Amino acid sequence: METISGARALMKALEKEGVKEVFGLPGGANLPMYDELYKSNIRHILVRHEQSAAHMADGFGRVSRKPGVCFATSGPGATNIITGLATAQADSSPMVAITGQVPVNMIGRDAFQESDIIGIANPVVKYSFQPRHASEIPTVVKKGFYIAETGRPGAVLIDIPKDVQQNEAPMEFPDEIKIRGYHPWTDPDVTAIEKAITLLLSSSKPVILAGGGVIISAAFAELQSLAEMLMIPVVTTFKGKGAFPETHPLSVGPIGMHGHAEANKIMAEADCVLAIGTRFSDRSVGKFDEFEKNLKIIHLDVDPAEIGKNQTTSVAVVGDVKASLRIFVRLLLQKATKKSEHNVWFEHVTEVKEYWKQNLKLHPGELTAAKILRKLREVLPHQSIVTTEVGQHQMWASLFYDVIHPGTFFSSTGLGTMGWGFPAAIGAKAARPDLPVVDIAGDGSFNMTENSLATSVLDNLPVIVFLVNNYTLGMVAQWQRTFYDRRMIGVDQKHCPDYVKLAESYGAQGIRVGNLDELGNAIKAGLKSDVATVIDIPIDPEEDVLPFVAPGTSLKDMILPS
Amino acid sequence: MWAILSILVENKPGILFKVTHLFRSRNFNIDSISVGTAQNPEFSKMTITTIGDEKQIEQIVKQLDKMIDTIEVKRLDDKKTVYRELVLFRVKISKASDTMEINNIANAFGAKIHDARKDSIMLELTATPDQIENLQELLSKYELLDMAKTGVAALQRGGD
Repeated sequence: METISGARALMKALEKEGVKEVFGLPGGANLPMYDELYKSNIRHILVRHEQSAAHMADGFGRVSRKPGVCFATSGPGATNIITGLATAQADSSPMVAITGQVPVNMIGRDAFQESDIIGIANPVVKYSFQPRHASEIPTVVKKGFYIAETGRPGAVLIDIPKDVQQNEAPMEFPDEIKIRGYHPWTDPDVTAIEKAITLLLSSSKPVILAGGGVIISAAFAELQSLAEMLMIPVVTTFKGKGAFPETHPLSVGPIGMHGHAEANKIMAEADCVLAIGTRFSDRSVGKFDEFEKNLKIIHLDVDPAEIGKNQTTSVAVVGDVKASLRIFVRLLLQKATKKSEHNVWFEHVTEVKEYWKQNLKLHPGELTAAKILRKLREVLPHQSIVTTEVGQHQMWASLFYDVIHPGTFFSSTGLGTMGWGFPAAIGAKAARPDLPVVDIAGDGSFNMTENSLATSVLDNLPVIVFLVNNYTLGMVAQWQRTFYDRRMIGVDQKHCPDYVKLAESYGAQGIRVGNLDELGNAIKAGLKSDVATVIDIPIDPEEDVLPFVAPGTSLKDMILPS
Repeated sequence: MWAILSILVENKPGILFKVTHLFRSRNFNIDSISVGTAQNPEFSKMTITTIGDEKQIEQIVKQLDKMIDTIEVKRLDDKKTVYRELVLFRVKISKASDTMEINNIANAFGAKIHDARKDSIMLELTATPDQIENLQELLSKYELLDMAKTGVAALQRGGD
């Protein structure tokens, strides 16, 4: 056992977890950590606001499926990461946030830059730790990573008082830990899966609803095998977008408030749904009791608390969805079950898809949501990673940007955090520097974390900001047009700022485009660029996202373009 | 519906906060709560009584179970469970006959008399919440000066 400081032990423990980079910002209470970070081999990526550090760690975590790590100091540094923790936790993203805290004997005395971050963060983290002795740090880090990445992943906070960072203690680094109240994995119940198969096979209009859980557990191959064996159409939640290749003949696309018309239609017609890794959020299923009416629900989820929370299930299978789907496929192979392509339901689904492909009315003009996002898809390599901000552009991305390579699309879907997409894209780039990364952004959201341009440029993490710019808080404007009789308030950004100049002031590339050809060229320039590229794409501020299932109504009642 | 939950948790600071926070944030109700060290001092036993429909109570149990600091969550069947609460009442004595009457009521409930004074009297009862409510109703005829309840403690009968 070696005797080292808490801060040194923290770096060693992080290195043992395979951490190569942390996103953060130093301050008084985490200086001892930073001093050890200086001496370690871990790369520090400096942010200009702690919230962005948390979003970067989140983006890193979603892409690498390993916890991203962020550092912040005590007090305001710590409270600034709350939105990041809540975002990661809402979307089950693995993340470990490490904050400095005032020394132990100052806790509770309203010291300078003291905040009760454990108390503040409690409802938005999976778990939190506040070690009071340096010797606890190796075990706390080990437990923190274990909790963040196992079962249903989530955000973990480790709050370390300054003296605990400084004090020396003999350190023992455990290789394994046990947490007696934590049982992240349940073996899937084979009998339940057999029942589910019987139910699926006996239904005449089955649908697979793939949620974010499929992406988290990377069960892409299993999902595709199952869908193809049984010829079941696949819809997704918005978070599950890209769990299944959206160009596949069985793909019908995301359901929900701004789901694809064909997906909402097919979902509403289905008599049985195999729901995989989804929590049936109100944005996905609309009115809860309408959704489950005349629908048999088979629910696969790693989190037992999700079973029956929002929907009544006929069959529930608790366990990692990848493990459950493997058993599905194995049992189906044993039964040699395969459905032919010529079944009435599949033919109907194909017809419905074709109908909406021809008949969905689109907004007129050259730079419209549909046209610009289809252009992005056309130019962007299939493996590229896409993040989004939150708002109209996000829903347009859901409607018009097809994910071809599974697991390459990420968005703040649960908390709906504006400003998430850009720092998350930078985090994604840190995880996969070999792949192009694009943030599909709106101007309102991009404003919130645009100072991450500094990080992107200075830390050599070039991404493309695909800025769908209507100089409006567009989604709010759409609701004011739709539900508030066009009483527009607080939505006009009044052409401020100039995004080309803004990008250039950070040493990034700014390109304003006026037509689709220029857009194509700008994307290509961004793909080749060594620095971040902001592509300013002016669109009509009156363009709405449609179809639209109004809040509190059912998927059947979607509002269509008139 | 009324339910008794018996929750074994890590005996660490902050756990009571987390449990009560969970009830608040999930929009569940705490009817009563009692906490004490379990027979193994590494754990605490919380007994929470709550009110909700069947679906809500199932969710409460699942959400509590999901908490990393909970070791075991049991929903106790009240027919197979001994559950008791302790209450203290201080009642105003307005006239001489009150003392006698209150003594009689106390005897009927098996309540103990403490601190009998000229102008007030204190009663102690260990009973089910229903019985306590009944006693309180009878005492409401006199002026109730103060009261304190412990929350329910519960143990399932042997063999269950």
